[in-house]
Amino acid sequence: MGVEGIGARVVRKEDKRFITGKGRYVDDIKLLGMTHAHFIRSPHAHAKVKGIDSSAALKMPGVVAVLTGQQLVDDKVGNLICGWAITSKDGSPMKMGAWPAMAPETVRFVGQAVAVVIADSKNLARDAAEAVVVDYEELPAVADMHAAIKAGAPQLHPEAPGNQVYDWVIGDEGAVSAAFSKAANVVKLDVTNNRLAPNAMEPRAAIADYDAAEEHFTLYTTSQNPHVARLVLSAFYNIAPEHKLRVIAPDVGGGFGSKIFIYPEEMVALWASKKVGRPVKWTGDRTEAFLTDAHGRDHVTHAEMAFDANNKIVGLKVKTYANFGAYMSLFSSSVPTYLYATLLSGQYNIPAIHAEVIGVYTNTTPVDAYRGAGRPEASYLIERLMETAARQLKVDPAALRRANFITQFPHQTPVIMAYDTGDFNASLDAAMKAIDYAGFAARKAQAKSQGKLRGIGVSCYIEACGIAPSKAVGSLGAGVGLWESAEVRVNPVGTIEILTGSHSHGQGHETTFCQLVADRLGVPISQVSIVHGDTDKVQFGMGTYGSRSAAVGLTAILKAMEKMESKARKIAAHALEASEADIVIENGEFKVTGTDKAIAFPMVALAAYTAHNLPDGMEPGLKESAFYDPSNFTFPAGTYICELEVDPGTGKTSFVNFVAADDFGRLINPMIVEGQVHGGLVQGIGQALLEHAIYDANGQPVTASFMDYAMPRADDVPSFNLSHTTTLCPGNPLGIKGCGEAGAIGASAAVINAITDAIGKNNLEMPATPDRVWRTINAA
Amino acid sequence: MYQTTYHRASSVDEAASLFGKSSEAKFLAGGQTLLPVMKQRLAAPTDVIDLGKIKDMIGVEASGDTLTIKAATPHYDVATSDAAKKAIPALAYLASLIGDPAVRYRGTIGGSIANNDPAADYPAGLLALGATVKTNKRSIAADDFFKGLFTTALEDGEIITAVSFPVPAKAGYAKMRHPASRFALTAVFVAQTKSGEIRVAATGASQSGVMRVGVIEAALKANWSPSALDSVNIPASGLLADIHGTAEYRANLVKVMAQRAVAAAG
Repeated sequence: MGVEGIGARVVRKEDKRFITGKGRYVDDIKLLGMTHAHFIRSPHAHAKVKGIDSSAALKMPGVVAVLTGQQLVDDKVGNLICGWAITSKDGSPMKMGAWPAMAPETVRFVGQAVAVVIADSKNLARDAAEAVVVDYEELPAVADMHAAIKAGAPQLHPEAPGNQVYDWVIGDEGAVSAAFSKAANVVKLDVTNNRLAPNAMEPRAAIADYDAAEEHFTLYTTSQNPHVARLVLSAFYNIAPEHKLRVIAPDVGGGFGSKIFIYPEEMVALWASKKVGRPVKWTGDRTEAFLTDAHGRDHVTHAEMAFDANNKIVGLKVKTYANFGAYMSLFSSSVPTYLYATLLSGQYNIPAIHAEVIGVYTNTTPVDAYRGAGRPEASYLIERLMETAARQLKVDPAALRRANFITQFPHQTPVIMAYDTGDFNASLDAAMKAIDYAGFAARKAQAKSQGKLRGIGVSCYIEACGIAPSKAVGSLGAGVGLWESAEVRVNPVGTIEILTGSHSHGQGHETTFCQLVADRLGVPISQVSIVHGDTDKVQFGMGTYGSRSAAVGLTAILKAMEKMESKARKIAAHALEASEADIVIENGEFKVTGTDKAIAFPMVALAAYTAHNLPDGMEPGLKESAFYDPSNFTFPAGTYICELEVDPGTGKTSFVNFVAADDFGRLINPMIVEGQVHGGLVQGIGQALLEHAIYDANGQPVTASFMDYAMPRADDVPSFNLSHTTTLCPGNPLGIKGCGEAGAIGASAAVINAITDAIGKNNLEMPATPDRVWRTINAA
Repeated sequence: MYQTTYHRASSVDEAASLFGKSSEAKFLAGGQTLLPVMKQRLAAPTDVIDLGKIKDMIGVEASGDTLTIKAATPHYDVATSDAAKKAIPALAYLASLIGDPAVRYRGTIGGSIANNDPAADYPAGLLALGATVKTNKRSIAADDFFKGLFTTALEDGEIITAVSFPVPAKAGYAKMRHPASRFALTAVFVAQTKSGEIRVAATGASQSGVMRVGVIEAALKANWSPSALDSVNIPASGLLADIHGTAEYRANLVKVMAQRAVAAAG
């Protein structure tokens, strides 16, 4: 593998600038003549906007403009879109209300923008915003999903009667009914998957710069996918055609999905920049992040699992209500459907599955993909069900799982997915060994003697990553293809620039992508640079989400590398007067196999550009590109086991041990993979124990700051014990499955299974706060 | 933040004088509450007078049976002070649990008790230990100082200069941290004075702010041990309730934290 090749624990190249404060984020960028935007946001969850009086604000010094939602309508700026069409079980398309970037008539969640002040400074804009008088007529609001679908509930959108977006089904209902009718045992469970606020470290920001002479816009924005942003802004919002819009996503401080979507603020900044003739900057603060970044999860589910007399699963039926908030965000519709219900088979042979998903509007912040996006909800449900079943059937939870594991691959589930490979027994074995599962009973007894309730919880997750292929997702309603592109540019001196459509906002692409090049050519990674995040530099890209950068993005780079190497080989063979078939690449040299004849890679590059001595008919230069569309999803899987103690006096949970045995296929940089797993596990534990975005009955957010919304801190989580069992993904040449979301997908069930084991009561919702655990322990 | 004028006072007298000249001044004593509130535009003082650099207001001193913490001493300094750890280890421990490291480096005892947040740590320590609050005008017993939520006996412009604590025979502190803010979800400070008086104060629990807990004091007076509280019943009425803890849960925590504080006190 070489010291910097695939599999090496190379220290991250990008960290020098991040940890020395030299990262360049959107808010660090200052343009000449730049103005600052401050949005005026609704304090009401549901209200009519009867009038906006900005006359006093406009008289204040330094105020450039106050722009309203009505002006967006007048200028024919498009509404925000939802990019994945879902069809209800009755054949009707999903029912969506319009989402204007600023509300001209009706606001439907606290924080929705109604106007924007543009001023010479951020503070002046904020001062002036206080002088703008918005006349609201409050309307009845509904924040709770079950309240929203009741007759007589306040209605959000006339297009969606009963606040229902869709009623979607998957699977064979008849087969499930037949299975249940013959079942020896049926296990039932109601679970809530709590709403989360994503809270990337860097709040969202945008700078729009309109050049009137060129009729050209530049947008600097906190995006996980700048090309998709440009595509949507051009194709749907009537901002500018693609060749007149450059989107740059520079260093971005975390996304977790929340920066996939196109938000009102960047649209308004672009439009406003043209209107005021100056650059417009908006930098969100943490409160705005809580109010307007798309939230995650928020499902309420009833599920039943049927077993035969041998404890084999024979059927699964699921009914889920998914809260979408007040508007359908960009990929929201796909999250509780194709990213959720398609994973309901878990790691198990389940011959019959039927799921129904009802999407609901409420007067809350829109909900969309958040680390794992649908798969954490599926995994949590299945793994809580398996644990519940083990308790009900009085069998060991690990043994019940093992008895139902899929062991033959490929495996077609009843819910679309065809698992390509895996070894679920191997990861379960590794995790059980790491935590000394066999010795748990003795440890539990020991803890009991000290007044502590000790529990152990297993979670065997599977997920689908590298979301693809384009043809398949298109057939399911996706509005885009899900391939990736790459370009390899070799400079005349032999240094290499990799242009990628993937976008790094914490993942470490500047290191891992270089490692592929180092692995293939034997050149040091210092001679390779990664270019990403700028639509003027990279031709196109689908961006980074769904753990797709390595499986899809890196494979695109591999394809481009192969093309480049093929040409370089020809040049080397010509220079060395050898047969192309005899050229091997080693340690930065092109060698004639079995001889001492060699030419260094920089000399090959130089030959390509001097073009003095190229094979007949060959074009000068050394640059190749590729588009890669995978053949299938990838299926990372693994087992997490959590051992913890509950303090019966306070209900507080303390971790004893947390082991993770993951199968991610090939690892490019195990250190970075471990970092990804650590982060994911912490987010999963955060969901299980701490995090909950709460609204009161009137739609007022209760948790809009870190004083109330509990983010996990370092001392809330244990040191993790990680290991890997590997089956290579057959779907891509590098054998990669993806590692970005697994922790967040698998961790929460392990934690709740462990707490419920400790306290001896099965029903416990997330987050399992000390108060909730204590009340559960003491409930009659 | 609205525009404001920042003053760095070099003496208590200068700080008081600056306050007198301003139409709407606020003292800055660490700023762990004031600055976030100003950033949110919920407070708009015309002048901010920083007490944090007044040399006479920083330091921890033990003398005889008294531990004195000057008002602008940051929590971190108290938590790590040899004098505090020797004289009243439970108080140094309390300081080590406040907020997070950033808060402990900036926040001060004077700022904490002047603000009198109902879930702050220090008020419980002052009340249970029977401390005396020294100001630039007078001395105020802790029993008279805390007047309910965010309210104290301080007069407008009065500056806390120090807090003196009688060294107790025994003392202990136990805190259940609020998972988000790391204030006290509920915390209890127990003390047995050298004259044998039992004083117990709970913070984070009551709707009226820091409070003495008479039933626990009585039980401990009879029998200074955690088990003495097994049958004590703390009513939930009048206790705080929010998304992180019901009133019943806080009532339970008052008892459980008191038991653990007694165990820690020895």
